[in-house]
Amino acid sequence: MSSIRTNAWDELVTSALLGTDRRSPPADVLAPGREAPVALLDAAAVHTVRRRAGLRPAAARPRPEPAPPDDRRELPEPARRRLAVLLADRAAPAGSGGRRGAAPDLTELLPQWLAAANERGYRAPASALPALLDAARARTDLRAPALRFAGPRGTWLAGLNPEWKFALRGTAAGTAPPAPGDGRAVRRLWEEGLFAERVSLLGSLRAHDPAAAVALLAETWPTERAEDRLLFLDSLRTGLSGADEPFLDLALSDRSRNVRATAAELLSALPGSALAGRMAARAACCVGLDRTAAVAAIAVEAPHECDAGMERDGVVPTAPSGRGERSWWLGQLVEGAPLATWPERLGGRTPEEIVALPVADGWGDELHAAWCRAAVRQHDAQWARALLGAPSQPPATGPGTSSLGERAKLLATLRAEERAGWVAGFISAHGLSEAFQLLGVCAVPWAEPLGRAVVDALDIARDAGSYPWSFSGVMGLAERCLDPVEAGRLELLTAIPDEPEGASPGAGSYWSEAFRRLVSTLRLRAEMHAELSAQPR
Amino acid sequence: MNQQGVRWTAEQVLALAPDAASRKAGGELGAAAPWSGTGSSGTGAVWGLCKGSGGKPYQTVVDTTGPAYKCSCPSRKFPCKHALGLLLLWAGGAKAVGDVEVPGWAGEWLTDRRRRAAAEEERGAAEDRPARAADPEAARRRAERRAARITAGATELEQRLADLLRGGLASAERPGYGLWEETAARMVDAQAPGLAARVRELGAIPGSGRGWPVRLLEEAALVHLLDRAWLEMDRLPEPLAATVRARVGLTAPAEGPAVRDGWLVLAQYDSADARLTTRRVWLHGRETGRTALLLSFGAAGRAPQLALPPGLVIDAEIVPHGGAGQLRAELRERFGTPVPLKAPPPGGSAADALAAYGQALRDDPWLDSWPVTLEDVVPVPSDDGWQLADAGGPQALPLTPAARSRPGLWRLVALSGGGPVTVFGECGHRGFAPLAAWSGDSPETVTLT
Repeated sequence: MSSIRTNAWDELVTSALLGTDRRSPPADVLAPGREAPVALLDAAAVHTVRRRAGLRPAAARPRPEPAPPDDRRELPEPARRRLAVLLADRAAPAGSGGRRGAAPDLTELLPQWLAAANERGYRAPASALPALLDAARARTDLRAPALRFAGPRGTWLAGLNPEWKFALRGTAAGTAPPAPGDGRAVRRLWEEGLFAERVSLLGSLRAHDPAAAVALLAETWPTERAEDRLLFLDSLRTGLSGADEPFLDLALSDRSRNVRATAAELLSALPGSALAGRMAARAACCVGLDRTAAVAAIAVEAPHECDAGMERDGVVPTAPSGRGERSWWLGQLVEGAPLATWPERLGGRTPEEIVALPVADGWGDELHAAWCRAAVRQHDAQWARALLGAPSQPPATGPGTSSLGERAKLLATLRAEERAGWVAGFISAHGLSEAFQLLGVCAVPWAEPLGRAVVDALDIARDAGSYPWSFSGVMGLAERCLDPVEAGRLELLTAIPDEPEGASPGAGSYWSEAFRRLVSTLRLRAEMHAELSAQPR
Repeated sequence: MNQQGVRWTAEQVLALAPDAASRKAGGELGAAAPWSGTGSSGTGAVWGLCKGSGGKPYQTVVDTTGPAYKCSCPSRKFPCKHALGLLLLWAGGAKAVGDVEVPGWAGEWLTDRRRRAAAEEERGAAEDRPARAADPEAARRRAERRAARITAGATELEQRLADLLRGGLASAERPGYGLWEETAARMVDAQAPGLAARVRELGAIPGSGRGWPVRLLEEAALVHLLDRAWLEMDRLPEPLAATVRARVGLTAPAEGPAVRDGWLVLAQYDSADARLTTRRVWLHGRETGRTALLLSFGAAGRAPQLALPPGLVIDAEIVPHGGAGQLRAELRERFGTPVPLKAPPPGGSAADALAAYGQALRDDPWLDSWPVTLEDVVPVPSDDGWQLADAGGPQALPLTPAARSRPGLWRLVALSGGGPVTVFGECGHRGFAPLAAWSGDSPETVTLT
């Protein structure tokens, strides 16, 4: 075949595009003795095959920086398989049946799996990283554990794909924060870093050397924006101590009202601070023993004005609509005063005795609510216990508060075991309908008495003949929080019971299904943990 | 053999699922709770009873050497979620599915199945010969009639192509230029499915973005080349003639000598059009060094029967189809149970891969790509996508446009972490399409499809 000139191909394309009737290709391109269109196709075929057969490699582009090494352990084989299943499930569309059915909901188990793998110091298999990053992008609750598990290679990978940009936030484009001892690097990041980087720097510095952290903050304080000042101040909540008082005192005269209020709140949580002392003196003026009553009782004289001093100490002068000004001010004074004020002020009584005292003129609710907030703010377990009262007591007649939200906060100040015991008692006495919020603050897995109380309450609810979906919230929590050793006891409940008189039709089999799902989820969780504890290959 | 060693991985099991919903449902059943009476045998059978919503549990059996599935559930999906769940459970470890005696209900089906398979093979072997021997004269006349129809079709197609070039490719972009679909139908009537498929592809090119006239000219020229080759078949050497027959759509039965080897399953992927799902499975012979392509078809929306999870080695006989440079083969008898792949196939550089494709074009100029393994390459971002660069050299292969948008690309990049990996894929004039990869520190086969 005759050789084809270098620009012959272009000429072929041009005449092909315009048509050989309009533009005939040059004669030397074509084999003689054929019609123009056919000759053109002949030449194009030769050219095409020749070009494909003679392809040369491209020039390599600059290589990406290699991913930083990750010296964590490799996953044991079974755990690696489990991860693949959990991530595959995530990618699949949700089944039409929703949460019904007896099979466990794997998406709910992924956060637990990640937490357990992180606790044990495993590194993510490289091939699982894209699915992990996709999962973290779709679900914010997965972000922190997924990114931690993905490790430096995950961050490296995220840097190459704009869809995973979120993973780079707060990590300074994948670099580790400077060591707290490296003064120059710390200063540089503090001065040039993004806000999130600076907050996390402040946090790590504070854990290492609290005084240095506060000093760094104080230095640039006047130049920070108001909303940044507020968030920096808020981050001091962790590890708050008397050493922070001078700085917080300064912040009490800040330009921004929100900053002032937060500074006052933090100071009042430090019982030894001057502000706490001033609040104690104010509160003591308002609350005392009722000398006129025949039996011991508390008399309350709410403040008549909010003076400049109170305002400077963080008391908000304007009450929200619907609340009396005087009770609004009283609440803030009592909330800000150290709880140690009260036994002294009220005749040497214990918190339990104080909470039990009648309160004159209907101020009881106001006063107890303020004490609840103070106990939470000051992490005072003794007062929290007193305000919670006995779990068996009906909420409405309890001593402290009937609000479940406040109770949950009070519970959070107790040790895990005591918390679980109290909630178990509450459930045994009052059933599950109000327990959801309280269960949320209990440590996972649930302690044995708590788990038993929940299972018993579910059993009772089933016998009462209602449908299980009234309890789907608690069921969902149980799948995540119940100790897997309970699975054996639960097995008994998976049988379909005889339908009692007056029960909702079909409820029995739905309960059986719900319990079967609970059992299989617990078994799966136990298996997951066993797999993660297996010897690596 | 270590019983634990031959179990599949979860990825391998999930690769069998006919759709995403089945993957999810199977994953949920891959936990011990609904299962009882589970067990497996050293010969690749796995069985169990799965509690469903009804009273009687479903009986599920899988023969992993097939793989073949049987389940008493009413699902029309294949394999059903119970079979997938059972395999996941089995993949999970020895504890849940131990090595025990086969129960009667499962054993019956297994024995039956294997007896049937053996009988079919014999019948198949016996049928081939008598069918042709029965009336060689009639068969010859049938073949002649079909060849004549194809010749008529090819002649008509030549006319169409000449008309196109005479009027100009520019006209092909005009709205309402739907003649290709009609021409494709004419080629189906002419019993030339290979020509029909190529004509349909020609019709899609004008909508395929920048540079389409060049692509249309190239593909039209290759259709023309195939037409000419068919019309002047008697002047071609026999191996090329066989290739032309296969390209036109006359499938010759696989009748080469059988090749037994330990076949590495490198990749399995499906492509689907409105009528048909096509599954491609790439094999590499450990001893022979030979690469083979198994094809399996399913009606639209249904998974093809054949399923070989990548990352396994199967001891089996394959029979290649005829034609020069043809890689297509049929899977025949299998021996023993599959074992996990321990090391990737040997490979070469970017230049080696293109050279192999160029060589293959000598035997089959219509080849779009050729299977190759690249050793020590690094995925590198480039201006308009990604390329695979030799770790020790300045040369690289760009990835095909389709490969750039597949999720497998990111698995490949993650696996590499900026370091060298071994990659198997299809190398052609559009670029390289990666299908499986291995990193140096793990024998795991990472699928990229």
